[in-house]
Amino acid sequence: MSLLLFVALPVAAAVLAWLSERRGPDWPRRVALTAGALLLGHALYLWALTGTDRFIGQGDWFLELQADWFPRFGIGFHLAMDGLALLMVLLTALLGLMAVVSAWHVRERPGFFFFNLLLTLAGVFGVFLALDLFLFFFLWEAMLVPMYFLIAVWGYERRRYAALKFFLFTQASGLLMLVSIIALALVVQRETGVLTFDYFRLLEAAIGSRGTLFSAAGWIMLGFFVAFTVKLPIVPFHPWLPDAHTQAPTAASVLLAGILLKTGAYGLIRFVVPLFPAASMEFAPVAMSLGVVGILYGALLAIGQRDLKRLVAYTSVSHMGFVMLAIFAWTELALQGAVVQMIAHGLSTGALFMLVGALQERLHTRDLNAMGGLWSQVPRLAALGLFFAVASLGLPGLGNFVGEFLILLGSWPVSAGLTVTAALGLIAAAVYALLMVQRAFHGEPGSLPSPPDLGRREMTALSTLAISLIGVGLYPSPLFETAGPALTWLRDIVDLQMALARGGWP
Amino acid sequence: MSFHLLPLVPLLPLAGFLWLALGAGRLTRRSAARIGVSSVAIAALLVIAIGTRFLVEPPDAGAHVQTLGAWLRVAGFQADFAFRLDPLSLVLSFVVTFVGFWIHLYSAFYMAEDEAIARFFAYMNLFVAAMLILVLADDLLLLYLGWEGVGLCSYLLIGFWYRDPANGYAARKAFVMTRVGDTAFLIGLLLLFSQLGSTRITELMERATAMWASEPTLASVAALLLLAGAVGKSAQLPLQTWLPDAMAGPTPVSALIHAATMVTAGVYLIARTHVLFELAPAVQNLVAVIGALTLLLAGFSAVVQTDIKRILAYSTMSQIGYMFLALGVGAWSAAIFHLFTHAFFKALLFLSAGVVIVALHHEQNIFRMGDLRRRLPAAFWSFLVGAAALAALPLVTAGFYSKDLILWQAYAAENGSLWFWLAGWVGAFVTALYIFRLFFIAFTGEPKTPIRRTPEWTALAPLWALGILSLVAGFVEMPATLGGVTLFRALLEPVLPLPDVHAPLTVEAMFQLLSMAASLAGIALAWLLYRHRPVMAPTSGGITEYWREGWGFDLAYERLVVHPTVCTAHWARHDLFERPYDRLAGLARSLHRGLATTQNGRVRWYAGGIAAGSAVAFALVLLA
Amino acid sequence: MIDLDAAMLIGTLLFLLGLTGLLVRRNLVFTLMSVEIMLNAAGFAFVVAGAHWNAVEGQIMYLLLIAVAAVEAAVGLTIVLSLDRRMETIDGDSVNRLQG
Repeated sequence: MSLLLFVALPVAAAVLAWLSERRGPDWPRRVALTAGALLLGHALYLWALTGTDRFIGQGDWFLELQADWFPRFGIGFHLAMDGLALLMVLLTALLGLMAVVSAWHVRERPGFFFFNLLLTLAGVFGVFLALDLFLFFFLWEAMLVPMYFLIAVWGYERRRYAALKFFLFTQASGLLMLVSIIALALVVQRETGVLTFDYFRLLEAAIGSRGTLFSAAGWIMLGFFVAFTVKLPIVPFHPWLPDAHTQAPTAASVLLAGILLKTGAYGLIRFVVPLFPAASMEFAPVAMSLGVVGILYGALLAIGQRDLKRLVAYTSVSHMGFVMLAIFAWTELALQGAVVQMIAHGLSTGALFMLVGALQERLHTRDLNAMGGLWSQVPRLAALGLFFAVASLGLPGLGNFVGEFLILLGSWPVSAGLTVTAALGLIAAAVYALLMVQRAFHGEPGSLPSPPDLGRREMTALSTLAISLIGVGLYPSPLFETAGPALTWLRDIVDLQMALARGGWP
Repeated sequence: MSFHLLPLVPLLPLAGFLWLALGAGRLTRRSAARIGVSSVAIAALLVIAIGTRFLVEPPDAGAHVQTLGAWLRVAGFQADFAFRLDPLSLVLSFVVTFVGFWIHLYSAFYMAEDEAIARFFAYMNLFVAAMLILVLADDLLLLYLGWEGVGLCSYLLIGFWYRDPANGYAARKAFVMTRVGDTAFLIGLLLLFSQLGSTRITELMERATAMWASEPTLASVAALLLLAGAVGKSAQLPLQTWLPDAMAGPTPVSALIHAATMVTAGVYLIARTHVLFELAPAVQNLVAVIGALTLLLAGFSAVVQTDIKRILAYSTMSQIGYMFLALGVGAWSAAIFHLFTHAFFKALLFLSAGVVIVALHHEQNIFRMGDLRRRLPAAFWSFLVGAAALAALPLVTAGFYSKDLILWQAYAAENGSLWFWLAGWVGAFVTALYIFRLFFIAFTGEPKTPIRRTPEWTALAPLWALGILSLVAGFVEMPATLGGVTLFRALLEPVLPLPDVHAPLTVEAMFQLLSMAASLAGIALAWLLYRHRPVMAPTSGGITEYWREGWGFDLAYERLVVHPTVCTAHWARHDLFERPYDRLAGLARSLHRGLATTQNGRVRWYAGGIAAGSAVAFALVLLA
Repeated sequence: MIDLDAAMLIGTLLFLLGLTGLLVRRNLVFTLMSVEIMLNAAGFAFVVAGAHWNAVEGQIMYLLLIAVAAVEAAVGLTIVLSLDRRMETIDGDSVNRLQG
C-alpha cells in the first residue's frame, strides 16, 4: 500500500485542491503543500528504511504491489520500488514540493493549477514505479495532459505554441512507445504463448538477447529509444524543450527540467537496455555519439541565447547528453554517475528555473540584455544564482561534478574518443554559466527599477536545494549505496542475456 | 602540535568563508576584516606549529597522511578527503598561509573603504582554503577540487568590481582559458585512473614507474595532459594571455593569487607528479622549452608596458617560466625554491605597487607617477627591495640565490643545455632592465600626481615582513661557491630527487659571474636609459607595439577561436534542428489549407462531390 | 412481367435528372424538388426490384422512403422559409456562412 500512496495521494490531493478553491484562494496551495510534504516525508521514511529488514519483496526490490487489471490481456497493476526508483521518487517528491512553493502566488484559477500540478506528480511517481508496461504507458500519458494545461493556461506570451509543440512531440513519441509495447507483447506471445505486459515476464522471455539491430527486437528497441530520447531530450528530438521550458510557468519548468526529463533517462535504464541488450549494445556507439552531440550542441546554443530561461533550458540538453552517454556506456561507474547526474541536474536546474521565475516576477522580463547589475540590488538572489551557475558548470564539490566525472570515468573504457569530446563540453559549460552570471548580475544596474530581494519562503526553498547539492557533491555515498544493488541487478540481467546471445539459444 | 590537526589548516579559512558569506550584510566592515584576517592567521600559526614538529621529529614514513572521510567510493573507484603532509606540501602550505596572512592584513588597509569588504574577505578566505586543499591533497581528484576552487576564486576576485564589464570580461577570460587546461588535466586524470587504477598520487607514481618504465607512450600522453593543465593555471605558453588582463582585480588579489600562490600551482603539480615526467623525457624537455620561451616572451613584453600591474603580471609569467625551465631540466627543488622566494618578493612588489596605486587615486600608469621617494618612502624602499630581489641583485637578495640555482642547473643538469642557460641568462638581463625601468620611471623624477592617502600600519607591516624575507629567504640554499648551504634541497630531497650535476666548481663560479653580470648590466642599462633622461611614454608602432600586445597571441586567439565560436553561437541561436520540424508543421499547414478550400459551405458543391465520389466507387466496383 | 433492365434504366435516368437539377439550380426550392426526384428514383428501383424477385422488402423500403421524403420536405421547406425571412434569399450559394 505504501507504493499506492505515491499515486493515490497526489490524485486525491489534486481533486481536493480543486474543490477547496471554493473555500478561498489560499486553500489549494495549502492542500498542495501538505500533500507535497507528506509525499516527501514518506519517501524519506522509505529511504531511511533501506538497509533495514523492514522491507518485503524479492531480492533487490524493496516493495512490490501487484494486482490484476485486465487479466484477459495480461495487463496487471504492478508497482515496485528498487533503489533506482526510490531515488527518482525522492527527487520527484523534493522537486514537487519546490514546485508548489514556487507557485505560491498563482492568482488565476489556483484550484485548477494545483490540480494539474498534483496530477502531473502522480503520473511521474507512477512512471517511476510501474513495472507493467501498459500501466507504464498509461501513466506516461497521464502526466502529459495536465502538463499541457499548465503550460497552455498559465504560461507566458507564446504559451499556446509551446504547449502544442510539447504535446505533439510527446504525443508522437508516446504513440511510438505504445506501438513498441504492443509489438513487444505480441512478439513475446508468439515465442512463449502467453500475452503479458509484465516487466519481469518480458525480461524472462529474453527476446532481446538474440535480436540484433535489424531484427524485430531491434526495431522495437528503436521505437522505445526514440520515445524516451524525445523526453530526455537528445538532439535531434529536443526542439520542444526550449519552448516548453521557456513558456511554462515557473512551477511547471521546475517539474519539466527537474523530473520529467528524468523519466526519459529512467526508461532507457529500466526498459530499453535490459529488454534489448544485444540490439542496444549494437546501437550504443550511435546513442553515445548522439549524447556527445547533445552535450556540445546544447552548450553552444546556450551560449547564444539572450532569453535567460531559454539559456537554462539549453543547458539541460547539454547535461542530459552526459546521461545518455553514460547509459549506453553501461558500466557501473557510468550508471552511478548517470543517477547522480540526474539528481544533481534536477536540483541545480530546478533551482535555476526558480531563480529565473523569481526574476521574471520582479522584472517582468527574461531578456539578458535588459538585466545587469542585479548583484547590488538583489544580493541574495545573485549569490544563489552564482552558486547554481557554478554548480551547473561542474565545479568539484558540488553534485554535478560527481555525476559528470563518474560518467566520464565510466565511459572512458568504452570509448575514450567520445569521452574526450564530451569533456570539451565542460569548457563550453564554463562559458555559458559565466556569461549568464555576467549578464544578469554583474555590470552596471540597468534601467529597470530595483526589485525586492528573495523572501524567506524562496530563501528556504533555494537553500534546501543548495545544501542538497553540496551534500551530493561532498558525500554521495548514500546515493551510491541506494542505487548500487538496483544497477547491479540490471547489469546482471544484461550480462546474462548477452551470455545467452553468445552461447546461442538453448 | 599533533599532525592530526592538519585538516584544520584548510578548514579554518573555509570556516571564515562560511561565516563571512552567511553573515554578509550583518557584519560591520571592521569585523569582516577581523574574521577574514584572523582565520588565515590561525591557519598560518597552525602550519608553523605543525611544520616545526615536522622538522623536529618527522613522521615515520617521511610523510603524514590524514584521512578526513570518504568522498567518492563507488565501483572500484576511490577518492577520499585525504591530506598529505610531506616536505613539499609543507613548503607550499607555509607559503600560502604565511604570505596569505600578510596579504590579508594588507587587504584590511587596501579594501577598507570598499563597501563589499565582507564579500572580498569571503572570497579571499575561500581561495586560501581551496589553495590549501590543492597543496595538501593526497589524491589527484581532491587536488583537482582545490584546483578548480582556486580557479573559481580567481574568477570571482578578478571580477570583484563587477560594475565594470571589462573586469567581468577579464575574469571570464581567466576562468575559461584556465578551464581549457583544467579539462586537459581532467582527461589526464581519467587516463591515469583507467590505466593505473588509482588516483592516489603516491600509488599512481609507484604504478607508473612499475608499468610505464618500458612503455613511454602512455606516460607521455598522461604527462602532456597534466602539463596542459599546469600551463593553463600557471599562464605559460600557449595559454598565458589571461594573466595580464587578470590585473583588473584588486591589487591584493594580484599579489596573492596571480603572483604568489595560484599561478604557481602548475609548478607544484608538475613537481608533485615529477615521476611521470621523468618517464616521459620528451614531455619533460617540452616543459623546459615552454619555460624558456615564456620567460623570454613575457620579459620582452614587460619592457614596453606602461601599466605598473601589467609589468608585474608579465614579470610573474616570466618568473614562472624560470620555474618551468627548472622543472624541465629535472631541477625539481630549484623550481620549488624559486617558487618560495618569488612568492615573497613578487607579493612585496605588488603590495608596494598597491600602496602607490591607492596613494595616487588608482593611477596605474607609471608615466603619471614620479618622485615617490620622499612622498611615499615606505613604498619606495619596499619596492626597491622587491625589484632588487626580482632582478637577482647578487649576494644580498633571495631572488639571486634561487635564480642562480636555476640558471646553473639549466646548464649543468643532465637534461640541461647551453641553450636553456642562454635563454635564462638573457631573461635575467631583461628582468633587471624592465623592473628598474619601472622603478626609475615611477619612483624617481618629477612628481606628476598628488598623493591622496598614505599607508597605515596594516599596510606597512606586510611590507616590512615580506621585505625582510625577500632579502633573507635565499640564505637557506646557497651555491657551493658561496659556502654551500643546502637546507632547502635537503628538506625536499625525500620528495624531489636532485639532478646529477657533475661540474667543477670553477665552471660554476664562472657561470655565476656571468649571471651576476647580466643582472647588474640590466640595472645599469635601465639607469642609463631612464634615470637621467626626461622619459616619454613609448611610441606606438614597430616591434614594441607587438611586444606590448603580448606578441599578438590575444589577437590570434580572438580571430581563431573566440570570433568563430561567437559567430557559430549567434548563427545557431535559432536552433538548426527546429527547421525540419518547422517544415513538417508548414507541410501540415499547407495540406490543411488545401483541404479547407473544399469546405466552402455550398450545398451544390458538396452534392457534386458526393456524386463524383459515388461514381468513382461504382466504377471501381464494376471495373475491378 | 416488367423488363428489369428497362425499369432500372428509367430509375437511373430519373436519378440523374434529379442530380442534374440539384447541381445546376441555386434556388433551394428547386434543390429540394431535385432531392425528392432522386429519392423517388431510388424508391422506383426498390419497387421494381421487389416485384422482380417477389420480395416484400422492396415495398417496405419504399414506405420507409416515403417517410424520409416527407420529413425531408417538412424540414427543408421550414429551413427555406426561415432563410427567406432572415436573409431574404433562397439562393443556396449565398448562404454558405457555416463553412469551416
